Amino acid sequence: MLSMTQFAKEESDDFAAIGQNPPDDSHLATSASAPPREGYATGNDAQRPVIRASNVDFFYGNAQALFDVSMDVPRNRVVALIGPSGCGKSTFLRCLNRMTDLIDGVRVNGSIQLDGEEINRPDLDVIELRRRVGMIFQRYNPFPKSIFENVVYGLRISGVRDRRALEEACERSLRGAALWDEVKDRLKESAFELSGGQQQRLCIARATAVNPEVVLMDEPCSALDPRSTARIEKLIGELRNKYTIVIVTHNMQQASRVSDFTGFLYEGRLVEFGVTQTLFTKPIEKETEDYITGRFG
Amino acid sequence: MDNSNKQVVSSNFVGRGEPQVWATGTALSIILLIAVVLILVVALNGLGYFWPSNLAQFNLADGSSVIGEIHGEEVAKRSGTDRVQLKIGNRDLYGLDFRWFDRSDIEETSFPENAIALERIEYGNFYGFLKHTDAPGVELDQDDTRDAFELAWKDIKDQQETLAAMDGEIRHINYELKRARSKRHKREYAEGITTRTENPQSPDEIDAKARLDAVASEKDETVARLAVNVAVFTDAAGTEKEIRLMDIERVTRPNAMSISEKVFHYLDKLVELFLGEPRESNTEGGLFPAIFGTVMLVFLMSLFSFPFGIIAGVYLREYAKQGILVRTVRIAVNNLAGVPSIVYGIFGLGFFIYGIGGAIDRVFFTEQLPTPTFGSGGILWASLTLGLLTVPVVIVATEEALGTIPQGIREGSLSLGATKFQTLVRVLLPMASPGILTGFILAMARAAGEVAPLMITGVVKLAPSLPIDGQFPYIHAERKFMHLGFHIYDVGFQSPNVEAAKPMVFVTALLLVLLVLVMSSVAIFMRNRMKKRFSVSDF
Ligand SMILES: Nc1ncnc2c1ncn2[C@@H]1O[C@H](COP(=O)(O)OP(=O)(O)OP(=O)(O)O)[C@@H](O)[C@H]1O
Ligand SMILES: [Mg+2]
Repeated sequence: MLSMTQFAKEESDDFAAIGQNPPDDSHLATSASAPPREGYATGNDAQRPVIRASNVDFFYGNAQALFDVSMDVPRNRVVALIGPSGCGKSTFLRCLNRMTDLIDGVRVNGSIQLDGEEINRPDLDVIELRRRVGMIFQRYNPFPKSIFENVVYGLRISGVRDRRALEEACERSLRGAALWDEVKDRLKESAFELSGGQQQRLCIARATAVNPEVVLMDEPCSALDPRSTARIEKLIGELRNKYTIVIVTHNMQQASRVSDFTGFLYEGRLVEFGVTQTLFTKPIEKETEDYITGRFG
Repeated sequence: MDNSNKQVVSSNFVGRGEPQVWATGTALSIILLIAVVLILVVALNGLGYFWPSNLAQFNLADGSSVIGEIHGEEVAKRSGTDRVQLKIGNRDLYGLDFRWFDRSDIEETSFPENAIALERIEYGNFYGFLKHTDAPGVELDQDDTRDAFELAWKDIKDQQETLAAMDGEIRHINYELKRARSKRHKREYAEGITTRTENPQSPDEIDAKARLDAVASEKDETVARLAVNVAVFTDAAGTEKEIRLMDIERVTRPNAMSISEKVFHYLDKLVELFLGEPRESNTEGGLFPAIFGTVMLVFLMSLFSFPFGIIAGVYLREYAKQGILVRTVRIAVNNLAGVPSIVYGIFGLGFFIYGIGGAIDRVFFTEQLPTPTFGSGGILWASLTLGLLTVPVVIVATEEALGTIPQGIREGSLSLGATKFQTLVRVLLPMASPGILTGFILAMARAAGEVAPLMITGVVKLAPSLPIDGQFPYIHAERKFMHLGFHIYDVGFQSPNVEAAKPMVFVTALLLVLLVLVMSSVAIFMRNRMKKRFSVSDF
């Protein structure tokens, strides 16, 4: 059990350790590292949240899993979702790229917008949405193919044939996932020959190869050892320059280390959402305080 | 200390689960043993058949003598005397191939060097001695009877090749003729013509007929010319027998043969087995048409059963909404796999042959009615029936294989923007392929061994022509066919000469087992390669 002051101290230490500055808002306004994508609103895009969820209710059949969740995810920021088991973190995350479609009998109310575009529209191209909003899972899940084929899978299915383009994309995303040096001589080997941590980074490379806007991560480190976890956390710090990241985690130190904003979910409700430092040091709600100090959950 | 240790060990024998291990191990060994013994029995009985065994001559107590292959020996139960079974052959002389002799009746046994065994086109083997050759059609400058015979026989055999060529030509012209005729009938049918003058034969038809007559008469001439060449043999008792040279397939003198000659003879017989046509109501000769029919049947069956099975399995597992309906369908499919195969055969007869085949005949082959074309059994309908029979196996295997793929793999692919179909084709099916191939193996093994449904959907004991040949349109899916499994039944239980047919039954059974083994081995080999490539790793 950690006191709040300890938390704050650790947090700033860790930011220093992984070479990241704590977020400052001037950066928000000037951030243009992600070029505007074709066909979507440009202009003062940078200030507008990438994802805006408003009053989201979610039902598995008759059981309601999310109650009136509203949240803005700013561009090029890392947002962490914390909360006790079963509170609806994964559910909310899956709503953001409509992976919830895979389950029969689900229903969603309210609105979720990606770049100002409603994603729950029935006529929305889910394929396109998922290409823009990638996902990393708790259990790393490379395909039974070579490392190379794993990374370029997303490009291949979107119809890219050119060998050169595929190879370049493969190298770029493996470098981006800090995996290139380890695997560059064995791209033809099966992805299963990598270690667990490497496989998870391979999944990150695979997700970023299609150049998404948002990367969703559902407990990406929970199956990994501390060293691999540290590597992934460092990687998240690097990825936030190019992508917006929403990460679900049970590890509160991790949330405070990697995220700019944190949301606390409890029993399907978003209890509190704010700048990470503030939320961990001066939580407004009593429930949040209880949770982060380990009084329950 | 020592004592307590012992106690621990003895209680551990049960505690570690040793009895269970032993029980399962024993069960497995018994099953393996049964399988091995079965194959050994079939192999030993079947493979020994082609070995040219020596010809034994018995001089009997009553002064007569016989010659033949020693086939078996036993102690008669009642009298307690030794008995020897001799294959005496010469069916046209004696009427039966096998005879038992009491040891006490045999005064002398010898193995004469010049004893000769003839394999004939008809009447089984002849055992005896060569007397002289009477071949006016062959110029003989040999005085030695043996050399003269060999020379004449070889020469006649060479001339006989032209007969085979003529047969081929006759078949070909017949086929042309049939097509021309059915064209004319079609016209008659379409225009309501009834008299020959209004609908004359086409020049093609007349020409074909003329050619057919020419070839047929040429063949008759050749046969007549060859038939006068004979050789005279005597059996052990001295009875003379005149045999046409063209009726003799093989000549051996087993008692004078060296081991290497026997091996060569053996291999020659094996080649005939694989590539030759059956003779003597299937008890002699080769099995090529039956092998061909079996392989083609399984192949066609796979063509129907595998794609449909995979598609249905994929639908049930990946696309269908999992509810009561799907569960019912699943149970029904599982039960289908247990329906007796004869029921499928009857269904095939009623639905495929009478239903679909009859409809095809009424629409496309009106001019040939009432002779059925597709409306009677054929390899197409038989393989469709077998396809129906094996499709549940493939469905279940596909479903199981897809079911073992972790959900995370599907999610991983979909989260990258893949459609369900792309996920299926690029990730799921390759991963499921080892399991699906296992289903194929089971399905193929079952299809290759089924006989009952074939008997009412188109298998015959002797098919005049193969379902694939050089005549347009090359694949004749409506034709009747031969099959190894049915061959076993037919030769073993429908043949007039059971004793002589026995070796063939073993050989055919061995071949069927081998065929299934080869086909499954190929599939297993492929499966293992895919397993290596597509298995999911553990943590
Ligand atoms: N497929 C489903 N069908 C029905 N109910 C579900 C399904 N998935 C999740 N739920 C329910 O929805 C609620 C939220 O689940 P969710 O998986 O989002 O929790 P979580 O916050 O991710 O938990 P954890 O931290 O354990 O992963 C839970 O009560 C759960 O039982
Ligand atoms: Mg979860």
